[in-house]
Amino acid sequence: MHPLARMILHRLALGLLTLFVISLVIFMAIELLPGDLAEEVLGQSATPETVAAFRRELGLDLPAWQRYLSWLGGMVQGDFGMSLANNRPIVDLLASRLGNTLFLAAYAAVISVPLALCLGLLAALYRGSWFDRLVNVVTLTSISFPEYFVAYILLLFLSVRTGIFPSIADFGNDAGFGTMIYRTFLPAITLVLVVTAHMMRMTRAAIINLLAQPYIEMARLKGASPARVILRHALPNALAPIINVVALNLAYLITGVVIVEVVFVYPGLGQLMVDSVAKRDIPLVQACCLIFAAIYILLNLSADVFAIATNPRLMHRK
Amino acid sequence: MTKPLLSIRNLHIQGRQDAGWQPIINGVNLDLNKGEVLGLIGESGAGKSTLGLAAMGYCRDGTRISQGTVTFDGMELLSLPERRRRRLRGARIAYVAQSAAAYFNPAHTLMKQFTEAPVDIHHIESQADAERHGRELYAQLRLPNPAEIGFRYPHQVSGGQLQRAMTAMAMACKPDLIIFDEPTTALDVTTQIEVLAAIRDAVRDIGTAAIYITHDLAVVAQMADRIKVLLRGDEIEEQPTRDMLANPQEEYSKSLWAVRQFRSEPNPEPAADECPVLRVAGISAEYVRDQPVLRNVSFDIHKGRTIAVVGESGSGKSTAARVITGLLPASKGRIELNGNVLPERLAQRSKDQLRQMQMIYQMADTALNPKQTIREIIGRPIQFYLGLRGRERDEKVRDLLTSIEMEPDRFIDRLPGELSGGQKQRIGIARALAAEPQFIICDEVTSALDQLVAEDILRLLKRLQNERGLAYMFITHDLATVRAIADHVVVMQNGEVMEQGSRDQMFTPPHHPYTKLLLSSVAEMDPDWLDHTLEQRKKAQTDVDN
Repeated sequence: MHPLARMILHRLALGLLTLFVISLVIFMAIELLPGDLAEEVLGQSATPETVAAFRRELGLDLPAWQRYLSWLGGMVQGDFGMSLANNRPIVDLLASRLGNTLFLAAYAAVISVPLALCLGLLAALYRGSWFDRLVNVVTLTSISFPEYFVAYILLLFLSVRTGIFPSIADFGNDAGFGTMIYRTFLPAITLVLVVTAHMMRMTRAAIINLLAQPYIEMARLKGASPARVILRHALPNALAPIINVVALNLAYLITGVVIVEVVFVYPGLGQLMVDSVAKRDIPLVQACCLIFAAIYILLNLSADVFAIATNPRLMHRK
Repeated sequence: MTKPLLSIRNLHIQGRQDAGWQPIINGVNLDLNKGEVLGLIGESGAGKSTLGLAAMGYCRDGTRISQGTVTFDGMELLSLPERRRRRLRGARIAYVAQSAAAYFNPAHTLMKQFTEAPVDIHHIESQADAERHGRELYAQLRLPNPAEIGFRYPHQVSGGQLQRAMTAMAMACKPDLIIFDEPTTALDVTTQIEVLAAIRDAVRDIGTAAIYITHDLAVVAQMADRIKVLLRGDEIEEQPTRDMLANPQEEYSKSLWAVRQFRSEPNPEPAADECPVLRVAGISAEYVRDQPVLRNVSFDIHKGRTIAVVGESGSGKSTAARVITGLLPASKGRIELNGNVLPERLAQRSKDQLRQMQMIYQMADTALNPKQTIREIIGRPIQFYLGLRGRERDEKVRDLLTSIEMEPDRFIDRLPGELSGGQKQRIGIARALAAEPQFIICDEVTSALDQLVAEDILRLLKRLQNERGLAYMFITHDLATVRAIADHVVVMQNGEVMEQGSRDQMFTPPHHPYTKLLLSSVAEMDPDWLDHTLEQRKKAQTDVDN
């Protein structure tokens, strides 16, 4: 078998193991929450009989390990259980919300990743110049403000004062692609401003870190231009750290956008999770946690695979 | 008279140090004609590399040319715009670096890096032509499998091959001038001779001029038409090679020539029934199961004597040291200290057994903790092994510093970063002595040092041996060191002992074939040595074939 394929399988198996451990952690954390789920849901006025009946219906009278096994068993088969708040299958609730979240994340990523890489490369090329400083100051400023502040500033100027973009990002169920892009522009730009600095600075640092290497001097002594030195000689050796930081930021775009979704009233997964915590909809919270964990693991795994695939030392053994 | 190809006049180069600028090169002049080879010789810090790069109009970060001119083929490089200088680099002036492994980009194949200058940067050849040219040069430089080796990445090729591939890369655009910066220093002697011959033939074939930078006189004698000696940025003298070798004028040049003469008095042979300090008995060892890197290695080391373990990289000499110190448990055989079998693993050995055996390392730079003062570095083993503290400990540190010829008051509170290479190596010796050992392993202790400094270190070790009755195990690939200090020599190849005996036995024929190859590969100060040696080998080969 090709070593890369074997490595991917190996990492996938490790990822599944990690996911299993995380499912245990999530379940135990929820077990530790104070109060009784049935009493919370039914309220103070419920009679002991109805509470007991409801507990039986939810399986809460069973020992914890049995409930964990049946929950895990359902998950493996794609059955996430029923939502307590509105009695609909959790899968249906998740499907549309997850799609929305992925759309917004992809939107922000398509802008921010190329932007960050280009700015990082240019900053490395013209390091120490006014351009380098300007890029650093602007990106650092944008990352230093809290997300909701950036979001509200954008809302104030681009929506409330000028009315160019809508303040509510929800585009309903059957909007066209253009409408989707237009309505989610503000949350996407907020996210771009938040994640670009991190990736751009890592690109710049990874490249500059390599400029003292002897093979960079060799490239210069062969007459290569500064742009060629950076693109052909430094960048291929700087890919591993860049890929890793890109993957971390992509994971953040999917799992860490709760605040932006709330500010722009965007029906994403983050908002769903916050709502279900408030409503004590425990099965839904568990499912959201597990999906976030799976996305994190998957992105980190792809980062590892890409980093190895771009390293000839690991791809072409002696 | 025709104009020289390269002409450097009154060149001054400075390097940034703390707040100010320190001189590196002080007003050097240099002329080089078409097709001529100039040898630049001097110790580290003499400014050889800086001068070589300046011939390309190139300054490393943190250095600047403050005065002077560099004229190449009628163009004054220093006043040209950077864009014009780039057009010359790689195309008409090329550079071959000391450590090819570091100077090749790990992300690209050899061929891609070969064709970069002629195809992508200077646009003088098509990709297909450049690749064909590359394969021809690979063949000319006697690289194995020249049609295929270009597809490899640098980490897949050995050091000697990379060095030749780098020479090929420098010749890709058929330059008028090549700067060779210590191109064979990092190689084993048996590899060095091949690379030297390949470089010399290739330079002759394309008729390029060259500046050959090295600290090794014997090497430069084979390559250069003229030799220029540098000392701390000043030119000492310049003469045609034969005159320089026969009759160096200046004191400094003479001292460089004299270094190779150091010989210690051999220690007396041990009595037949004397118990050796250390006995290595039939050791085999492996890193990967069933792939032994040491096979049945045996030798004895007696009190007050020096044993030299010689071999090329990969011969297993450092692995032998790892087994003796317990870092790598042997798969077969045993180690005895004063007649008692030592536990295999480091962790099972007693403090006293550990104390008896100390090490001195090749790179004093990395072997000393840069954040600790000399007092802490030497004081730590004194406290650990001898249990001395406070004033007693300090007293002992001072004694040791005195015995390694460093003034205690001046050095005791310094950090390693403030010391020279030779001084750092002395601290490494003092640290080993602090444990009051019987036996010290010296792993290539002089190979990172200049010849004059290395000789001082050897003298110091010899004196300490006489005073304290120390037994040394010298691991080295340098036969000059062996000749200088060893009582007993062990020759290793591919993890096996090929031959062992006293120093006199090893350096007088008849030799084991591998010992003979090693001995004949050591460059000599005779400018005809390379031709003679190659001729003899060719003849021997044809004799074998017939």
